[in-house]
Formats: sequence, structure tokens, C-alpha cells
Amino acid sequence: MVEASKPVVIIDPTDEREPIKRSLAKRPEHISGTLGLLDISKPRGDKFIDRLEQLINEQMPEVTVKRYMKPTVSKPAPHDLRQKIMNECNFVIEAVAD
Amino acid sequence: MTQTLPNFSLSPAGADREQNAYSFPSGKQTLICFVKEDCPTTRTSMPLLQQAKEIFGENIDVVALAQNGEDDLVLVQEYGLTVPFLDDSRLNTSYAYEIDTVPSVFLASEEGEATEQFIGFGREDWKALFKSLATRYQVELPQIDWGSFPELLPGCGSKSLEPGIYERLKAESEGSPLRGRRVEIGIDDDVHEFLYEQGLTDGLPVIPPTAERVIRMLDGTTRDAQEVVAIVPPNLAPITIEKIAVNSVMAGCRPEYLPVVIAAVEAVCTDDFGMHGVGATTMGATPVMVVNGPIRHEIGMNMGLNALGQGNRANAAIGRALRLILRNVGGQRPGETERTTMGSPMKFTMCFAEWEEISPWEPLHVERGFDKDESVVTVFAMTGLGQLIDQTSRTAHSLAGSLGLRAEGLHHPKYHNYPDALFALCPEHVKTIARDGWSKEQVRDRMQEITSRPVRELLSSDEVTVGIDPKALQGSSDDELDRLIPKFGSNANIHIVVAGSEAGKFSAIFEGWTSRIGLDSTVTSRRIEK
Repeated sequence: MVEASKPVVIIDPTDEREPIKRSLAKRPEHISGTLGLLDISKPRGDKFIDRLEQLINEQMPEVTVKRYMKPTVSKPAPHDLRQKIMNECNFVIEAVAD
Repeated sequence: MTQTLPNFSLSPAGADREQNAYSFPSGKQTLICFVKEDCPTTRTSMPLLQQAKEIFGENIDVVALAQNGEDDLVLVQEYGLTVPFLDDSRLNTSYAYEIDTVPSVFLASEEGEATEQFIGFGREDWKALFKSLATRYQVELPQIDWGSFPELLPGCGSKSLEPGIYERLKAESEGSPLRGRRVEIGIDDDVHEFLYEQGLTDGLPVIPPTAERVIRMLDGTTRDAQEVVAIVPPNLAPITIEKIAVNSVMAGCRPEYLPVVIAAVEAVCTDDFGMHGVGATTMGATPVMVVNGPIRHEIGMNMGLNALGQGNRANAAIGRALRLILRNVGGQRPGETERTTMGSPMKFTMCFAEWEEISPWEPLHVERGFDKDESVVTVFAMTGLGQLIDQTSRTAHSLAGSLGLRAEGLHHPKYHNYPDALFALCPEHVKTIARDGWSKEQVRDRMQEITSRPVRELLSSDEVTVGIDPKALQGSSDDELDRLIPKFGSNANIHIVVAGSEAGKFSAIFEGWTSRIGLDSTVTSRRIEK
């Protein structure tokens, strides 16, 4: 196992016509600070997120919850919204429901 | 002539990120001093930097740019400094200022133009600096014990020039030659597993192509990193020098090998060589690279003992780089367009140099029209590798005959009109031939002569159905059936180089590819340009 305190960044050796699979961000051991809940505007996604918010409030009262919503399910989140979530949250949960 | 100094914005050393960053130019005249605590000359300069702050602090900004960041704060303690220490431990500002010596002192105008600068420690430099500031701001200079300072002290090397750091800074700078997409590998991922899972390797671990390593690799050529060198089959992807360098890093190349890899890419991507077919064929062909000329010695290639084997970095890494390029840039991957039935270990790497000095003949590149002192790579589409064992021949006639008989089985003994094959003759065999004064062409003639078979022997039969369909020759005269056909389509298909150890009578034979001479793949040479 390579010991690394910061991520290794390489230059893509391919012709870049296909996306490289990204690594997942490091998973923290504890949740603290602000948690974002992103509703992607999929029908009934709000129900799922409501329930999540309720559970988080009960089980992790020290965590602050913030709610966000994508304008439409069919397109990626707008840059401004992503930026806002990044600035305001330590964690984010995105709900996919139907 | 004034020089505009680069802007910077740096936080105090030891402070939280982005906190109270100091931005230059600030609108005031500024004295900038690059420092590092592990440099004695920096220490000598500290009392004077502090004096400048105390005397002129109301008029000008005085800042120290700390190359070690927080670690340099020991200077603050030791010398009781009130000069702000700004954190340049990333060294981007040192790089932007092209600092090669610490301390480096700049006096900048309100607009950020350098009005005075000096490096190391010079008593007269500091005296002059104090004098000019005193004149400008009408300040009376206090008594300074100049005699307690040395007249001159050389500075220390800047941390921004240390190996590995300089390359990173170059890659991060605005003028970076690199344009390739950055791929971040998560800290929970094993780098080697990640690269394999992305399909970027030949199955063996590769060197992760970090920006620093790619920058270092690019030192191997004078060509522009963004120059498009070739269009790589099968995806017909344009390839730049940068992408060649990235894959060369992965393969384990040293920068000085890069020109050879570039020339090989140019050679295999020609229409003549036909890399799409060479890679796609179920026969399993692969480029075999032979290097000639002075570069063989310059980069330490192996042409002697175990020339075709493992263990020499240049031979191994150059051939491997070409394979990684075909895979990563060209998209040539087994199971996709690459359909080889058996494959070949030569598909990992197959590159060697000709031992020109031990050969009595013109080397390969000279035969192919280049000057002897040019460095050249020649690529052959080959499918297999075998040996001739002949311990008893003592004449050129016998040895060339042996070579012919050994070659007769290439592909199949009944296949004549054979395309290109490459013979790497060992020094002992070459000596035997040279003793009789034979030229390469005489060797070829003898090989063709001894392998010539009447057409009737090459026909398909019930015993072995491979061969010429007898129906096609129905009604042929006896003369026609007795017509002799040599193994090779022509003498030009018999390529001869010299390599291997001085002990042993074992020559190597590379088996060629298809039988459609001139249609599928033509042996191709390219000059190696640095």
C-alpha cells in the first residue's frame, strides 16, 4: 500500500476522449458540522429527504442540516448550486427516489 | 530599466490558510527578502532586515518570504523580529521570482517595479539600500555597526530549485508546458491498483505519471510539448509530445530515451507501417524496434549479451513506452480492435540496438539510406522469435545455408514468397561469414538458393493440406511445376543485423507477418531527432 497523505495527481496518458473514473472522496469516520440534503427534484424525493432529516435531527442533534433543491432532475446541478453546497456544507446526501 | 515583479498574495507563516493574506503590490514601496532558516547568510541578513523595518516601517512595507514556511519562524524568535514572515513554503512565489539564491532582496516601487535588488549578503548593498531609503524619506539613519557585518557572504541555493520541487513548480506555473487532463487519485486508492483498473497499464505496474515526472521527461527533447507528432491507430488519435512523455514516464523511461520513443511513434503511425492492421491481426504481430547510430551508446542500450532479453532499462522501457502509447492513446487493447489469437511476450516490449562496431557490414540504417552518424530507429511488424543453432559451420556457404534452412519453416515450410523476416546474427556466426569475405547480399543469395523448391513440392496434399491449391495449377506443364520458388519474395525481405554476446553460436530470427508483400506492413525507419 502506498503511503500518501495527499492525493496523487497524474497526467492522463490517454487521448482524453473518454472520462476517467474518479476516485471517491475520503470517507470520514464521524459526521459533524453541516450536512446538506439535496433534493434532485425527482418525484417523492422530498418524502425521502424529509424522513432523513427527521432521523438525523433525532440521532445527531449536533449536526446542522441544510436543504437544497436542483431546478430539474434532467440536468446536472447548476454550478452556482454546487458552489453553494461546497461552501456551506461538510457533507452532502443526494436523494434519488421515485 | 525597471522590471515588474510578479504579484503575490501570501498568508503569514504559521497562520491558518488564507488568513490575513498580504498582497503585493500593496500600494506602498516594499522591501521583499526571500529567506530560509537553514541558510547562514539569511541569518546574517536578519538584523538589517529588522533595522529596515524599524527605521522605514512607517513609509514602506518590509516582508520576509519564508521558503520553509512555519519552520522559518525560529528566525523571528532568535532575532526578535517584527518583520512579517509570509508563507512561501509552496515556493510558487520563489519560482515566479526566479529565485536561485537565498537571501534575495528586492526593493519594489509602489507599482511593484523592482528598483533595487541583490542576492546573498553584501554589506555595501545594504548600506546603499539604507542610504537611498533615508534620502527618499528624509530619515536620519541611526548608528549601525557596519563593521560587525562581513563584507560579502555568498547566499544559499533556493529551495525552489531542489530536484522534484522545480519540476512541480514548473508544472503548476502559468507557463506550464503541460495541457493534459489532471486525474486525482483518491488517498484511499492504491495508485497502482487504480492505474490497472483504469486499463492504463500493460498488466505490470507502471510509474505514476505525475506532472513533475512528465516535466522532467520533457527535458529529453527540444520539441514543443504540444506539437502533434502523429495520428495513432486504431482510434486515429492525434498524439502530442506531452502524451508521449506521459506514457514514457509510465514505461520507466529516462528523459534521454524520449527522442527514440518519439521517432518510433512517428515510424509506426505511417501508412506504410500500417499499425492498425499490425495491432488488429489475429496473427499477433507487434513492432520490433532496432536502434542504430550514436544514440545507442549515449543512452546505454544493450546490443551484446542478452540483447533481446530483459534487464537493460533503455531496451526495456523504450519498447514498453511504444506499447503503452498504442494502448492508451491509440486505443489498441486486446479484445477490442486487437484480436490476436496467441499474443506474444514481444507485445510487452521488443527493442534492441545493433552492434555496429563488431559487424563487418554496413549497419541497418546505412543500408536503408541514412548516414552512419545519424541515429535511427527501424520498426518491423513481427510475430515470433526463434533461434538458429549452428555450432559446426566453418564457412560462410555452410552458415548461410543453415540460416536458409532454418528460415524455411517460417509460418509453414510450404509458404514461400515469404515477406519480411529479421535476422539478428550473433558475433560468432558473423565472424564465420566474415572470414570468407561474404557480403550480406551473398548471404541472402545463398538463403534463397538453398530454400528454392519446385512448385510441385509446395502443393497442398492429403497428407498436409497447407500449400498451393493443385486445382489452380491444373494443366501446367512439367516445366512450370519444376519452376523453383525461393522462400522469400525477394532478397530485400531478408533483413540482417548483428547483436548478441561474443560467446555462443546462436542467432535470432524474427518471424514476419502477412504474405501480401507491400500491402500490409512495410519496414519503416525514422531519424531520431533530439
